[in-house]
Amino acid sequence: MTAAGDTVIEVRGLHKAYGEFEAVRGIDLAIARGEVFAFLGPNGAGKTTTVEVLEGYRQRSAGEVSVLGADPAEAGRAWRQRIGIVLQECRMEPVLTVRETMSLYAGYYSRPREVAETIELVGLTASADVRAGDLSGGQRRRLDVALALIGDPELLFLDEPTTGFDPSARRQAWEVIASLRELGKTVFLTTHYMEEAQYLADRVAIIRAGEIVAEGRPSQLGGRADAATTIRFGLPDGLGPGDLPAAVGEVAIRPGGAGGATLEVATTAPIPALNALTAWALERGIELRGLEVSRPTLEDVYLELTQESAG
Amino acid sequence: MSAPALALHQFRFDQRVFWRSPASVFFTVMLPLIFLFIFTGLFGDETIDEYGGIKVSTYYVPGIITLAVVSATMQSLAINLTEARESGRLKRIRSTPLPAWAFVAGRVGNAFLISVLMTVLVTLIGHFFFDVAIPTRTIPALLLTLVVGAFTFSCLGFALTAAIPSQEAAPPIANVTLLPLYFLSGVFIPDNQIPDGVLHFADVFPVRHFFLAFFEGFDPNTTGAGFAWGHLAVLALWGAIGLLLAARYFRWAPRR
Repeated sequence: MTAAGDTVIEVRGLHKAYGEFEAVRGIDLAIARGEVFAFLGPNGAGKTTTVEVLEGYRQRSAGEVSVLGADPAEAGRAWRQRIGIVLQECRMEPVLTVRETMSLYAGYYSRPREVAETIELVGLTASADVRAGDLSGGQRRRLDVALALIGDPELLFLDEPTTGFDPSARRQAWEVIASLRELGKTVFLTTHYMEEAQYLADRVAIIRAGEIVAEGRPSQLGGRADAATTIRFGLPDGLGPGDLPAAVGEVAIRPGGAGGATLEVATTAPIPALNALTAWALERGIELRGLEVSRPTLEDVYLELTQESAG
Repeated sequence: MSAPALALHQFRFDQRVFWRSPASVFFTVMLPLIFLFIFTGLFGDETIDEYGGIKVSTYYVPGIITLAVVSATMQSLAINLTEARESGRLKRIRSTPLPAWAFVAGRVGNAFLISVLMTVLVTLIGHFFFDVAIPTRTIPALLLTLVVGAFTFSCLGFALTAAIPSQEAAPPIANVTLLPLYFLSGVFIPDNQIPDGVLHFADVFPVRHFFLAFFEGFDPNTTGAGFAWGHLAVLALWGAIGLLLAARYFRWAPRR
């Protein structure tokens, strides 16, 4: 038993090797009840291998794994009553309708949710009598999620739930997943879309080449909270960095941009710098062309973390 | 749900899927009946001297029952299980509390029901259209043959699935395995027209023994209760081999 009754997934030193190749190289994770956790990384980074170890599909090479208080490699039917899984790819029986498919799966569990209500939850009520083979890609995914929910699980695994979707289908899937939070479910999600992690997750871990390279709230990942803010602007002809007050800070010149060079200030104290800059400009009636204040996006952090070369 | 109730639940949905799938209904139900009408319609009134002058129609009824049962079990299971595996459905079912054996029982139950239905259908069509006697005396022997054969070819269906790499490969592999055996075993061509050497070769495989066990039940010259114990023993041995291979090599996860 884990010390905290509210830790749903606990992983220490997880390794998984396929022959010579080490797909997962020492991962530690702790996921609390009710948390939506995103495992983010490029293809081949070890996401699916890790999630399949947690689901009980794969045997690990080394490390300790506890999911809902049990070792997934040895867990039985009672444990499977408590989890729900959406696989990366799964086509349901094409000749059964949504409602029939849901009834089939409901019968596998001892205390299933109500079929009609679960279909409603994923927004498929209007298609309840449509055969699975006739559903659109987005609708099929919603059926997948509904099937994972029908046993009323405590923990859901979603392996790349929106890969290959167009933007509107992705948005629909996100809304369904976001609604799982309101049901109090713990969700373990893998994805290679940062916006998806940002939109859905309470906490994100970034995996690269089998190792976790960053972990935290999406807003703070990779030191985003403390990272320098960038102020960009252009000055009218005849004025240069030398004309600015010292309180603005150190100014770099970036060539290009419409109407001349762009000036750039990187600072960890953006408010005094902006105040000095705008007060100076107001006083002189100067237009700060294309003024922009930006912080690194999750995408910047992600690209930086996952594209670091091995050497 | 209790364990048998789970198997019954799975079976009910497997039945629904079977009857709604045009390919299943055509290849498993219609095609054997089409063969019955063609073969018996063309050659049914000829006689076979080697079997004491019985009519060819009397020979074809057990032949087509053999074809229909093998098709409902081994062929259908191999093709449908491969599709279910490659679509990710089998893997997904393994993540639910449904016990593996309940899933297997549902599928095999489905194959058995279709086998019984086809046996009855072919027998009745043989009787009413082609005047083939219904062998009431050997019914217990025919039922035993049906059960042993359906079991054997279901096991072989699960075993063959393990050897099929992709959904596209399933129908050709199943046909390449079975079609030659139908010809060599005297299912499509009366065996008095097949050389002895070929029949000895076919004797190694289960289709020939399944057919001969059925034929013994339908042959009007059979004197006893019609139990073909030798053939049933070979069939059961093949079933055991299939069961071992299936237990060892059957996989739930897609191979792609």
